[in-house]
Amino acid sequence: MVHPLPSGTRDVLPQEAAELREIGDALRAVFLRRGYGEIHTPALEYEQVMARGDLDRLPPAYRLFDEHGNTLMLRTEMTTPIARVVATRYAQAPLPLRFCYQATCYRAVRPARGQARELVQAGVELIGAPAPEGTAEVLSVLVEALAACGLRRFRVGVGDASFYPRLLSRLGVGQEQGSRLHAALAARDLVALSERVREVGIAGRAARILVEAPQLRGDRRMLERLEGEAREAAQGLLRLAALLEEEVVERLIFDLGLVREIGYYTGAVFEVYDPALGQPLGGGGRYDELLGRFGRPLPAVGFALNLESLHIALAGEERGER
Amino acid sequence: MNPLAGLKLAVPRGTLFEPTLALLERLGVETAELRANERRLFFPELGVITMRPSDVPTYVEAGVADLGITGRDVLLEQSKLDSRHGRVVYELLDLGYGRATLVLASPAGAEDPAASALRRLGVVRVATKYPRIAAHYMEQTGRQAEIVEVKGSVELAAAVGLAEAIVDLTATGRTLRENNLVVREEIAVCTARLIANPVAYRLKAEAIDRLLARLRKDLGDGAEDRADRDR
Repeated sequence: MVHPLPSGTRDVLPQEAAELREIGDALRAVFLRRGYGEIHTPALEYEQVMARGDLDRLPPAYRLFDEHGNTLMLRTEMTTPIARVVATRYAQAPLPLRFCYQATCYRAVRPARGQARELVQAGVELIGAPAPEGTAEVLSVLVEALAACGLRRFRVGVGDASFYPRLLSRLGVGQEQGSRLHAALAARDLVALSERVREVGIAGRAARILVEAPQLRGDRRMLERLEGEAREAAQGLLRLAALLEEEVVERLIFDLGLVREIGYYTGAVFEVYDPALGQPLGGGGRYDELLGRFGRPLPAVGFALNLESLHIALAGEERGER
Repeated sequence: MNPLAGLKLAVPRGTLFEPTLALLERLGVETAELRANERRLFFPELGVITMRPSDVPTYVEAGVADLGITGRDVLLEQSKLDSRHGRVVYELLDLGYGRATLVLASPAGAEDPAASALRRLGVVRVATKYPRIAAHYMEQTGRQAEIVEVKGSVELAAAVGLAEAIVDLTATGRTLRENNLVVREEIAVCTARLIANPVAYRLKAEAIDRLLARLRKDLGDGAEDRADRDR
């Protein structure tokens, strides 16, 4: 007999479960050693709580009603629930706060693409530690955790959500024109970016900077070579790079065009890459305004890794792919 | 040295195949083997995979090809109109060749059957290989449409009455004329584009940037040649 499962969910049998557990345990050991306390929150949240995050970019897979008619949903990520916990349970606590988690999240999928609605994420949140020190700490935890689970060829892309807006304002581009350019960059369309730069009437040196700067990606030396407006706009990344230990910085790819789409990111943004997989294994960044939406404004930074993607990348590396 | 060194490129078969090979030749890629054998699809010694243009975003998004060349029509259909559900690939360069126009066309005659259907029936049937583009375009222009997806010759659908109009790509308009169809509206001009996998774009940044620089130089030189001829 074949009994169907809800679309986008699956069973995990012993061999896979054992391998996933090994990865999760390796990550957790690093998180705990670095002082991040494990936290559990309910899979169910009020929709109005999760909506303080970004339901637009991380749309929920399942919504339901409780017996009083409140709208609930299965959480789409853990950053927003942890922000809720901090505002309600740690309102007076000394800072910074360090939390880690391994949690099942539920997201709407792209149709007909075989994506999972149910995914396990492992990550950390560091709350009350501003840039650049807090960002440097979390990047160092991220690199250590990825190495601990056995991945050898991973790299971490690091960008700054505020880089392009700053560049636009330093080059005197108006709000409306600037948002058209930013949209082309966010849609990862460099052809449209150069067309729109022409269309809004920017020419010469400014046009060249606006098209070329977001295509720059490389190691720390790339940042150090920057000049003029691009260098000014990249101050956040330069200050961050100066704080990082050697074994962290050698894993990083600084990327001036990296735009994480999730709306609550305000500063540094990360993506984790491995040559064995065509898409990022996880990501994160600074979200200095999210806690304010829960009534306790605090700078914060974190990341989440997709456990299943880590597993696929590890298996790919073992097979020596790509 | 092979300018694709270390990169895997998805190359479209069909009308974009010849101009793509010509471009690769100008970059110094040995293309004789690519031309010699139509049945062979994978050329690991060159770093080239060949496939139909509409499959290129699939291979590039999955990362089994680092880069790909395909038409803007394919990218509009699969990736651009719906950033949340579309394929995630980076569009790096307009290669300029393969120029064609996406059009709304319908059978010739005193009255446009599409307009007539809209006026009398409130909805027009549009046959196309580009269901997302067609649906989006009709919605944007405030017309109710029933999109009929076909895989083969779209002209046939309008000629025999499966639909009152078609949305299709046309370079010269000849096939349309031969099937007694006329262009009613132009939707978008499409050329060949270079796309990249987002992870390869970072992990193989140096090789990709080197190739981009050579392609830009080639495109720039080509533009000068054309300007010279025009003078």
